[in-house]
Amino acid sequence: MIKRGYYEEFGGAYIPEILVSTFDELEVEFRKAKKDPGFWQEYSDVMSNYSCRPTPLTFAENLTRYFDGSKIYVKREDLNHTGAHKANNVMGQGLLVKRMGKKRVIAETGAGQHGVATATMAAKFGFECTIYMGEVDVRRQRPNVFWMERLGAEVIPVTEGSRILKDAINEAFRDWVTNMDNTHYVLGTACGPHPFPEMVSYFQSIIGKEARKQVLEIEGKLPSRVYACVGGGSNALGIFSGFIDDDVELVGVEAGGKGLDTGMHASRLSSDDASIGVAQGYKTYFLQDDDGQMKETHSVAAGLDYVGVSPILANLNESGRVRFESATDSEVVEALSLSIKKEGLIPALESAHAFVQAFKEAPKLSIDDIIIINQSGRGDKDIFTVADAFEDPKWKEFIIEKAEEYHA
Amino acid sequence: MLESYIRNRLKEKEILLMTHIVLGYPSFEDSFRIIEAMVNAGVDLMELQIPFSEPMADGAVILHANQKSLSKGSTVKKCLEFSGEVIKNFDIPFLFMSYYNILYKYGVEGFAEEMSNIGIKGAIVPDLPPEEGEDYINAMQKYNLSPIYIFSPTTPYERMKYLASYGKGLIYCVARKGVTGAETQFSNQLDDYLSQCRKATDLPLALGFGVKNKGDIDFLKGKADIAVIGSETIRLIDSDGVGVVGDFIKSLGIS
Ligand SMILES: Cc1ncc(COP(=O)(O)O)c(C=O)c1O
Repeated sequence: MIKRGYYEEFGGAYIPEILVSTFDELEVEFRKAKKDPGFWQEYSDVMSNYSCRPTPLTFAENLTRYFDGSKIYVKREDLNHTGAHKANNVMGQGLLVKRMGKKRVIAETGAGQHGVATATMAAKFGFECTIYMGEVDVRRQRPNVFWMERLGAEVIPVTEGSRILKDAINEAFRDWVTNMDNTHYVLGTACGPHPFPEMVSYFQSIIGKEARKQVLEIEGKLPSRVYACVGGGSNALGIFSGFIDDDVELVGVEAGGKGLDTGMHASRLSSDDASIGVAQGYKTYFLQDDDGQMKETHSVAAGLDYVGVSPILANLNESGRVRFESATDSEVVEALSLSIKKEGLIPALESAHAFVQAFKEAPKLSIDDIIIINQSGRGDKDIFTVADAFEDPKWKEFIIEKAEEYHA
Repeated sequence: MLESYIRNRLKEKEILLMTHIVLGYPSFEDSFRIIEAMVNAGVDLMELQIPFSEPMADGAVILHANQKSLSKGSTVKKCLEFSGEVIKNFDIPFLFMSYYNILYKYGVEGFAEEMSNIGIKGAIVPDLPPEEGEDYINAMQKYNLSPIYIFSPTTPYERMKYLASYGKGLIYCVARKGVTGAETQFSNQLDDYLSQCRKATDLPLALGFGVKNKGDIDFLKGKADIAVIGSETIRLIDSDGVGVVGDFIKSLGIS
């Protein structure tokens, strides 16, 4: 028996028999691409002329002065085309789909960023596209639903289970077991059965490669700490991979929701509420009950609102190489507000989790220390949620007027 | 032994019938009545599904039955106790069907021990290929239980032989791509697939996914050893209630 895709105890490929051949094909294609020296070049060319790479490493001068501790840099994944790091993974998998000769792509999405990126890739490469999205997320990330549909994708709201990211993943798998002959499932994070965790982190490693080079060019030395938010774990693994062999502390920030003690959160590695299990095709820490039934999760950020976490991160937690923290919904809104006012940066609610922890630690470090925050995406998609959190009276008035216009 | 039971039964019948229910759906009392009706109507063996919150390989009908059962408070402990009662009352082989996390969280070896204690004969775990199933295979062997493996139309011949080398009791052949509950075309293509399955193993072949009436079962006679009905009875129960199960099974003409 050959076990594949393990990171010590975590990972694997717990897949129904019907998909075994499809996974074998994907694995072969990915290995071939990884070995082909031209492939990474083709990939980074696409990313530079279609998606603004390398993304800048911005010195946050005002925040640095404000916290009066370490120097704060921000890696600008928000400047990718479509507004998040998700594009890195999607364009990479898109090139593989071309190699495999498939004509249709499907994806799950939580925040909608992965869905928009996939719909965009499908438009560019001429694929048919279906996106599964939990009904709850369809409501809270409406602008992204609009763009996915404009881009020609069919968006299917998922009404099963807790109607969020994990349920969208289940539905995408149900589609795939039916249509695998012409369809590739573009999984959006470093989770799921092997080879997805490895493949998604491989494409996202472009973030860490650039960030390491940039910080050395600008500062002539490595950062003390690097911060990233953790939903499934792809943006975190992307930036961490650049510093994994260095003496750099890596900090992953999970969704603390309404607070770890309320049970309404999505902190798998930074709380004591999760345990090891097998679901959605892989073994990792899941928020589940003693019978192994998945629990409801909560976060203001749809993209972090997920029961499982990358098996690669579960292993890096176990080994102590990455430290995991959590940020609550209200801390996130505060950090977002501060980044907007001080730097004119508008991080996505997901990314703002990383800002929260960095802001807690920066004042305790010295000006000789450098920290990097991965701004995984931009916050435009969150306009409804953020406007509600700020209780913005003018926005409310505008929405009411707009609704009246539609009624008229 | 499961396999010898099936072989003996096949001396009397051209094809056997296996049914699939979700434990605790619509309620445990109803599950008992459904099993009673099925056994009395001549069902030869049954799959009892322990509900899981993420049943990836199941379509809408069985998915909803899983969710309803859980929302009414089904637990693994209750499913095990209930199954023990069922086995005391009905004299056909019962199998468990569930997803691997249920076994994993319980403890794979302990779960197999409990299956053996209550008299379950084997298990179908659709998200556990042999590559990931070493603990499970060893535990099933230790307690003399049948691990049942699945062939699918996308399974290469060599892999069928590999799967069969770990399987006991029977092989479950999935009729088509997709999840449970969708339509299946009972056509010549299915013939070719089943004869390929037959070549790959000496174990009895069960065929499931989309089997729903007498016509489908008649088509399978001489090609498969066991026809499996899953979503269709649950669909019937949803629309017409538990009372119609016996008549439905009788209409299939297998007894
Ligand atoms: C902007 C942004 N950041 C982070 C995430 C979380 O995903 P991951 O942990 O895979 O980076 C998402 C997911 O939707 C996202 O849209």
